[in-house]
Amino acid sequence: MKVDPIPALVAHFLMISLFAVGGANAVLPEMHRQVVGAGWMSDAQFAQAFAIAQASPGPNVLVVTLIGWHVAGLAGALATTLAMCGPTCLLAYAVGGAWHRFRAARWRRALQAGLVPMTIGLIAASGTLLAEGAARSYGAVALTLVSALVLFFTRLSPIWMLALGAAAGALHLI
Amino acid sequence: MSLPDATAEPTAPLSPDARPAPSLRDLFVGFLSVAVVAFGGVLPIARRAVVERYQWVSPEEFVELVGLAQFLPGPNIVNLAVVIGGRFRGPVGALVAVLGLTLVPMAIVITLGALFTRYADVAILRDVLAGLAAAAAGLVLAMAGRMAETIWRRPTVHAAAVAFAAYGAVAGLGLPLVPVMLTIAPVSVALAWWQIARAARKSGAP
Repeated sequence: MKVDPIPALVAHFLMISLFAVGGANAVLPEMHRQVVGAGWMSDAQFAQAFAIAQASPGPNVLVVTLIGWHVAGLAGALATTLAMCGPTCLLAYAVGGAWHRFRAARWRRALQAGLVPMTIGLIAASGTLLAEGAARSYGAVALTLVSALVLFFTRLSPIWMLALGAAAGALHLI
Repeated sequence: MSLPDATAEPTAPLSPDARPAPSLRDLFVGFLSVAVVAFGGVLPIARRAVVERYQWVSPEEFVELVGLAQFLPGPNIVNLAVVIGGRFRGPVGALVAVLGLTLVPMAIVITLGALFTRYADVAILRDVLAGLAAAAAGLVLAMAGRMAETIWRRPTVHAAAVAFAAYGAVAGLGLPLVPVMLTIAPVSVALAWWQIARAARKSGAP
């Protein structure tokens, strides 16, 4: 690609961040749609970037860092991360004080109660699309299901399921 | 990851003055120590640190702050760091908290990404990554399930319909996020408003 992708990356993640109610996981399908649609990454590369980000310690927004790095190196990584976090941080700072003052206000409770179910639907959609991207064998599908069920029904740290996934992959079970 | 009950009345007042305010260094080190041990979700670890270990915020405040961080656009945990850092040390505190949370993990994730790319031809690494990806997808599904528990406890037709509509539009139909959200969010908030108003009438509140 001859065109410098960084401006397009920044514009893309700026826009995405403003709709990321519920966090980075809620906007994964949109990231996927645009990043794969633009030809920056393949389906499998996107799923792998997400896997690496999950296997690393830290906030799960780091998948954005990794996408930027994959597309445009270190400058891309810094640019996408800043685009994803910068404006929303300013907003969070500005709203932080006011939010508490209006805690009993009906509009505030309605906003919160209204946005939560939408967020849940969007995160479930992210999980489904990631599962589709990772489903290269019956073993992979089984692993996704086991991981989802174990982490839903127990308080086991996610790192154990990620370790299980890595081990199953190393043993060619996936 | 657990979600605060969105319709519940918040309780305790915020009183940062009651506790010694953390220094900039405390904020940086505190959020750094959270970030480097948080695999697959920072929020539970952050809670243990800022509520129990450092006691920067009370449990009630934490629930409220998480509600705010989730309501605001952008990465939840980053928003939480901004609000906590900003509350104690203003804009610089917010910045320092976010840097503590993100700098080292960014270096780690880029290093891992570089290693995986460098050795992408090694078959076993591809298989390991495929296994990781499958397990990580399950993690996101479980997180959605955990969050949905807050709805199941007090099920409403509207919440279920909204969740399924958002899911179907994005996962089923592959529609772009922005128009989906701009359609669903106003309807959902309006329904929630109406529901809260109705509950208030029933309980005889003004």
